[in-house]
Amino acid sequence: MRISEFPDAHGHFGQYGGIFVAETLIAALDELRQEYDVARKDPAFMSEFRHELKHYVGRPSPIYHAKRWSEHLGGAQIYLKREDLNHTGAHKINNTIGQALLARRMGKKRVIAETGAGQHGVASATVAARYGMECVVYMGADDVVRQSPNVYRMKLLGATVVPVSSGSKTLKDALNEAMRDWVTNVASTFYILGTAAGPHPYPMLVRDFQSVIGEECLTQMPEMLGRQPDAIIACVGGGSNAIGIFHPYLHEKNVRLIGVEAGGDGVSTGRHAAPLSAGTPGVLHGFRSYLMQDDNGQIAETHSVSAGLDYPGVGPEHAWLKDTGRAEYVAINDDEAMAAFHDLCRFEGIIPALESSHAIAHAVKIAPTMSKDQVLLVNLSGRGDKDINTVAKIAGITL
Amino acid sequence: MSRIQSTFAQLKADNKAALIPFITAGDPDPQLTVAIMHGLAAAGADIIELGVPFSDPMADGPTIQRASERALKHGVGLRDVLTMVAEFRQTNTATPVVLMGYANPIECMGYRDFATAAAQAGVDGVLTVDIPPEESVAEIFSAAGVDTIFLLSPTTPDVRINLVASKASGFVYYVSLKGVTGSANLDLAEVASHIPVIRSRCGLPVGVGFGIRDAVTAAKIAQFADAVVIGSRIVEEIENSPRDSVVANLTQFVTEVRIAMNAVVR
Ligand SMILES: Cc1ncc(COP(=O)(O)O)c(C=O)c1O
Repeated sequence: MRISEFPDAHGHFGQYGGIFVAETLIAALDELRQEYDVARKDPAFMSEFRHELKHYVGRPSPIYHAKRWSEHLGGAQIYLKREDLNHTGAHKINNTIGQALLARRMGKKRVIAETGAGQHGVASATVAARYGMECVVYMGADDVVRQSPNVYRMKLLGATVVPVSSGSKTLKDALNEAMRDWVTNVASTFYILGTAAGPHPYPMLVRDFQSVIGEECLTQMPEMLGRQPDAIIACVGGGSNAIGIFHPYLHEKNVRLIGVEAGGDGVSTGRHAAPLSAGTPGVLHGFRSYLMQDDNGQIAETHSVSAGLDYPGVGPEHAWLKDTGRAEYVAINDDEAMAAFHDLCRFEGIIPALESSHAIAHAVKIAPTMSKDQVLLVNLSGRGDKDINTVAKIAGITL
Repeated sequence: MSRIQSTFAQLKADNKAALIPFITAGDPDPQLTVAIMHGLAAAGADIIELGVPFSDPMADGPTIQRASERALKHGVGLRDVLTMVAEFRQTNTATPVVLMGYANPIECMGYRDFATAAAQAGVDGVLTVDIPPEESVAEIFSAAGVDTIFLLSPTTPDVRINLVASKASGFVYYVSLKGVTGSANLDLAEVASHIPVIRSRCGLPVGVGFGIRDAVTAAKIAQFADAVVIGSRIVEEIENSPRDSVVANLTQFVTEVRIAMNAVVR
């Protein structure tokens, strides 16, 4: 099999992925896989998807040469793929449109979603409003506090936001609760999963919907500077923005692919959210991948300044790209991400999401080691308006 | 014959259905678990389902989630659970014990190592909620002499029952409602209508669980199923009892259910 032809029929990327769910959900996942198999080959479905991306999301998103900042860093030229300019302010909407169109095809009138930073929740609430569906969003109680502007946005859009107080009160617990809802209401409900993780076919279909990012770059980069970049950098929470920009480049062997995990207080402190950098393989949330866990196989608590990266697992395709060596994965600590956040605000007039700031921070690290004619393409997965409370709090400012 | 097989054979001879209470190992604390197991067996439990605590119990409702959290506060892991079973086996070699839990603790220990250790401890069966037959390594378990119990649900198509049957041993467990453990709204007639199909396709005893909360319902299910599993209601009894009356209160509840089930004409 070619590297881009994965997963296999059972959703495996090498030893990763698969379907690890309670029996009650098997039929629903089968139904989803069959529907998607038909839809992806249906020209009407794909043309509606593309139409929505163009006229509702505002695609293609531009690539922007961050000249002043590149000069300041004194090395490689940094280009930003502007997913922050999408409607709702992040890459998440690419996927929620695809899944909502599937939900509509399947006659489901109720959609549910989990959210960490609230970006996927907002993107789900948005498409639910757009297509006239009921929407329930599960969100960790801690995240409800640190991403309060997004909670209100979801409510404005007509969604019900359910705070989840079990476990660590963050993204993984929101996902547990969304799964419980789905098991209970499986006949009426479509689960819009927000990242390239979960049981098959989710990692595959989220990747496919997000691949529009990388596909655009494949044509935009040569148009702009006559060649492809030397490396692509993207942050990795569950891995959807990263796989979206990586996947179309898997065969461009000269392009390095670098995923950036949340290093929190530092990988060596144990207080982080970097399973690819410091985890071991295991099974959680319906799939096998690298996980943060203890010696008993209990899932470890994660720490990151960014709610959207605060997750103990990672999409199975990334686990496989790591093992095969096609992509590299590194970790960026909270303080490095914060510094990069402020840099981008001041040098380029762009307020990035804290998630995306991790990718930007890695560019800060490696650009100066590269020559001025080399090119780094950074996926700016979202805008940072949702994060201003968090940033202000760290600076000791009350808004 | 495995301990589970002979238990069902004996029950069949007596024309009775099995009573299978569920508890979470280490709830309310690890010192009490073996005493609870003995208490359940003495009160008439035919098989004991012992939950392995997990940090992310996706298929469980709030009651069993809290039980898992109580056990995890005491740091109870899979190896501790096996130690508890071994201790139970020192004085009870008759009552089968089935571990119920999630994939990752077993995955972390390694399937082969776990199978060997479980058999050594006296575990009879393993039910892993999030490992469907497609991902199952049932052959590793059966080689070690441990049965693999699978769930079937109202959404399982008939053809799929055969796939489950090809991997299952001991018995199969029909989840009587769509939802997590501890939910309400059990439709008995609907449940009853599924059992003959499952029994004929599997050739194994069929247990029914999820949503069974009292002796009357247990007795009704005992009319058509081979086993009745009671989980959240038992865990609530543990949660609501002072520590020194946990065993007595459980004994009283299980005895009541046992009497009601024994009165059933099958
Ligand atoms: C802007 C942004 N980037 C990245 C992520 C991380 O998710 P993923 O790894 O799926 O792209 C999130 C998640 O909330 C996000 O909001």
